[in-house]
Amino acid sequence: MGVQSPIARVRGLGPAREGVNHWIGQRLTAISNIVLVLWFVFSAMALAGAGYEEVRAWLAAPVPASLMILLVISTFYHARLGVQVVIEDYVHHEGAKIASLAAVTLITFGLAVACIVAVLTVAIGS
Amino acid sequence: MLSLQPKPGSLESVMARSERPLSPHLQIYRWYLTMALSIGHRVTGIGLALGLLLLTWWLLALAGGPETFATVEAVKDSWIGVLVLFGYTFVLFYHLGNGIRHLVWDAGYGFDIQVAAHSGLAVLAFAGAMTVLVWLVIALAG
Repeated sequence: MGVQSPIARVRGLGPAREGVNHWIGQRLTAISNIVLVLWFVFSAMALAGAGYEEVRAWLAAPVPASLMILLVISTFYHARLGVQVVIEDYVHHEGAKIASLAAVTLITFGLAVACIVAVLTVAIGS
Repeated sequence: MLSLQPKPGSLESVMARSERPLSPHLQIYRWYLTMALSIGHRVTGIGLALGLLLLTWWLLALAGGPETFATVEAVKDSWIGVLVLFGYTFVLFYHLGNGIRHLVWDAGYGFDIQVAAHSGLAVLAFAGAMTVLVWLVIALAG
């Protein structure tokens, strides 16, 4: 908001005013990723050598299931924002840029939902 | 008449002049650690984004039942699976450590050349140490 002069705002020029959201979202998920990824790595170490039943029982508990869903949301959102920047930097053809950005958005949303449903299936469905 | 030479002062003649200043290309720089780590952050980020496919596969297989989970476990425990996951462990801790370095920069600290170089070395040491630690624990447990 503050970076535009009044005349630029009237003309509709200048920033799209979405950059700050992107920047904050990237940093916020960076911080949550640190916590959640460390939890995931320590869990994976603790589960080393565990079989199907043991892993399933672990993820079915409320806290691991909740943390796993948070991990999925946080990492997929962070990845979506990061890949967006890379596409904007290197894909110069306008049509290809819009198409690849749309594809990345839809794919990350789709995969994240699939992951969340999988966690819920383990936690509630069985 | 068609002229083979661009007219003096025309746009083509200006474009063809090689002595006009160009912004420096990437190739002319000597590679510094900080440069390599910077592009490395982006490369590892793309790699980790692709790695989310593996997390998705693992979670779906776990929800799918013992048979589908056994397939993923077989791939995971194969030598190529262990190699990929070992690489991903380093890439993950590199991106995590370097990400913290970026967060510190966002807060306005650590921009001195010496400090930036040392923090870069620290990130590499952290990533290497964590990778070895994680796989030592897994090797001892498994």
